[in-house]
Amino acid sequence: MYVEMKHITKQYGGFTASDDVSFGIEKGKLAALLGPSGSGKTTILRMLAGLEVPNSGDIFIAGRRINTIPAARRGIGFVFQNYALFRYMTVFENIAFGLEIQKKKKSEIEKRVTDLIGLTGLSGLEKRYPNQLSGGQRQRVAFARALAPNPQVLLLDEPFAAIDAKVRQELRNWLKDTIHRVGITSIFVTHDQEEAVEVADEIIITNHGRIEQSGPPAAIYKKPETPFVAQFIGDSAVVSNYECLNGFDSIKGAGKAVIRPEFVKVYKQGALHRYISAAEEGRVESVVFRGNHLDLTVAVKDVSIHAEYSMEEAPVAVGENVTVLIYRLYVFDENRTYLTENKAMKDTNLFYI
Amino acid sequence: MIKQLLKGNHVIPGFGLTMGISVTMLSCFVLIPLASVLVYSLHLPASEYVRMISNDGVRNAFMTSISCSFLAAVINCVFGTILAWVLVRYQFTGKRLLNGVIELPFALPTAVAGITLSKLYSDTGLIGSVFAQWGISLAYTKIGLTIALVFVGIPFVVRSIQPVLEKLDPAYEEAGNMLGAAKTAIFFRIILPELRPAILTGFGLAFARGLGEYGSVIYIAGNSAKNHTQVVSYVIMQKLNYVDYAGAASIALGLLVIAFVTLFTINMIQIHQARRAS
Amino acid sequence: MKRNKTEMALIAVSMVFIVVMLIIPLISVIVNSLREGLSFYAAALTTDYVISALQITLLAAVIALAVNTFFGLLAAWTVTKFEFRGKHILTTLIDIPFSISPVIAGLAFIMTFGRMGWASEYVTALNSILGTDLQIVFAVPGVVLATIFVTFPFVFREIIPVLNARGNDEEEAAALMGAGGLTIFFRITLPQIRWALLYGVILCTARALGEFGAVSALSKARGATFTLPLEIDALYMSGQSDSITAAFAVSSLLVLLAVGVLLLRSFIEYKSERKRAL
Repeated sequence: MYVEMKHITKQYGGFTASDDVSFGIEKGKLAALLGPSGSGKTTILRMLAGLEVPNSGDIFIAGRRINTIPAARRGIGFVFQNYALFRYMTVFENIAFGLEIQKKKKSEIEKRVTDLIGLTGLSGLEKRYPNQLSGGQRQRVAFARALAPNPQVLLLDEPFAAIDAKVRQELRNWLKDTIHRVGITSIFVTHDQEEAVEVADEIIITNHGRIEQSGPPAAIYKKPETPFVAQFIGDSAVVSNYECLNGFDSIKGAGKAVIRPEFVKVYKQGALHRYISAAEEGRVESVVFRGNHLDLTVAVKDVSIHAEYSMEEAPVAVGENVTVLIYRLYVFDENRTYLTENKAMKDTNLFYI
Repeated sequence: MIKQLLKGNHVIPGFGLTMGISVTMLSCFVLIPLASVLVYSLHLPASEYVRMISNDGVRNAFMTSISCSFLAAVINCVFGTILAWVLVRYQFTGKRLLNGVIELPFALPTAVAGITLSKLYSDTGLIGSVFAQWGISLAYTKIGLTIALVFVGIPFVVRSIQPVLEKLDPAYEEAGNMLGAAKTAIFFRIILPELRPAILTGFGLAFARGLGEYGSVIYIAGNSAKNHTQVVSYVIMQKLNYVDYAGAASIALGLLVIAFVTLFTINMIQIHQARRAS
Repeated sequence: MKRNKTEMALIAVSMVFIVVMLIIPLISVIVNSLREGLSFYAAALTTDYVISALQITLLAAVIALAVNTFFGLLAAWTVTKFEFRGKHILTTLIDIPFSISPVIAGLAFIMTFGRMGWASEYVTALNSILGTDLQIVFAVPGVVLATIFVTFPFVFREIIPVLNARGNDEEEAAALMGAGGLTIFFRITLPQIRWALLYGVILCTARALGEFGAVSALSKARGATFTLPLEIDALYMSGQSDSITAAFAVSSLLVLLAVGVLLLRSFIEYKSERKRAL
């Protein structure tokens, strides 16, 4: 592991911001610290940077314990949430600042800054001041400034929070590509799961100061290990009386379940020909047009379920009775989640074969 | 050792040095000299305080200073609120001039203000002569003294209220408007409560300043013991001129106590209000 | 533009208040100073007393300015860049000279360095070692100390709001890159506060040049330790009509200075407003 935290605890007064936090990130990976606000993700980032000191535990970068090394000598580049660009310096001066502090030769600084300006697509803006730049351009300057002194690790605090929704998508792709091109180990903080899933190679999910789960986005999506992750990732509806649904038995001690839209398929009445015994009757409660598909809310018995419905199918209307087929659920108790398949589907499946 | 005062971790360097120098300079130029007054006056025998309090001149000076400063601060709160309101909410020609001139009492030396006001409001002066026709004397009376204190205090009140009014969301008033509240009701029930802490701060600052004011009031006040137009600062200065240091120090202590009680009370009221609001 | 009655009335009240309370006094200083003609005006400004007073005033103002600017910058940096225990107490203590009677400030130095002051024996000892005859009270050093005291918080107060509004991100970013305290201060912080610093410096100068009460307690020798406000006082109190005119002539110098301060303030405000609009 290139960046590693071992049993880190951090308290502010009586509040525990980090509770026995341990994780590792491999060299060259782009990792996301994902969690709701107040979950302790920013504290982790600030401890890595040296802006905060943990109460106990160890932090390693490239095998070296850095707890006692001052922030400025940890070899870390930091991109602040609002970028913290030096407002009385030009783009060029901003990027050159870190190199000047290291007393690099003037020609060397010039070359490095010019390279970075090229890399970040800021050519022509060298003489501008931060207040003359757009949000996206500011982010690029902050990124280039953090990279200039050749840090070992790049940390980014909510890098897209200050950017318009319109250009955010474009910047996400750009940042991901550029970080991979530079090959620097990077960690960014976000509360937006979509952003984390799209951009990161590795996601670390935090909640109440603890790490809930870490791993590649796809793995987390497919196998949420804790109830929190099951609910937090994806578009998830939580139901409490899942055992009333066809094909699902109650699991002892596990009283709740998560149903994701991709676990559900909705048919017009009479359109379903297989697994009829596994299906449920439902009534459409709402229909929302989402451009390329419809979002349906369907009441099945006492349970309200979200589902997607293709525009290719015959249209459904509010109040219409439909057939609902639920493939699987995440059932969970206090600590664990269980992926449960629709038993009735398996049975009929076997029966027909 | 200084660094132990720090809360949490700091990446910005230089705390120990800057904190050390700041506290040292503050102590040398302000705290230690002031402490000398306190130490000196606390060593005075109790009889000295009895002598001071039983002295009619001193008691009257305190009454005069407190009542005139209080009245001036109240007048300033009324006009200060109007001025701040006009400066923030209305657009008109001469606004920039109006806004700039507010700070004149900060920038004008007190002695200059004092002789000018005294001249203007004397029975032969430009403004004083108007009132003299009706047999009203302004200068060398408590009225003149209060006018000088209004002059000195006005920027404190305006500058306390202005920023709060600027930040006050017009949506409050609009909401009140939509609910059909009358203009005066909106002002007294919605806006004034929002401004109350700022007005209170301005009041406290203007009052405290008025209590201690010297240069701008001594020329217009008349300084007559008989007519109760001596202020406390004048009495202290008189004692100093007669080399009665014990008397000067005991009166100064009284003035300091009143000033601190005022500022402390206002702080307490504000903390109480802030708590109720949140 | 259509205005309703309340708006007209409030603007009118504000205008009348400002004109009567602030603008007429300002103009009357100039009018009074020219009562005896220009040549008298020129003569009044070039007496030996006035020139000596001008020198003392400038000396005190320059030293006070240097001390207070240095202190103001350091203390403001400490208070805004760091979180530490006792921060609230520190700012309250720095503000003390605002709310204290200037006469008490003068008294404080008498109690410290005067004949019965605890520090006078150290001054005597120092004088015997160095073979000098340094006097503090009723001498130029006392005037300088009193001037420093009353203007102590000005620079600090003017830059604090700007620093608070800016936040510490830029400084933290620079520190993370390994910049030292001095580099951060001169390259990141100072450019942000230059206008506020300039205004604080000018306001501090105006107050230093115009200080009366504190200096008056510590300075008794006309033509030797008198400052301009004390000279104005001496001229005015002599009571003859031509020396009163001379008092206004000297005052007009200080009025010009005050007007300059106000103009500069408006200019700075105008500049920062335009910047916000960008």
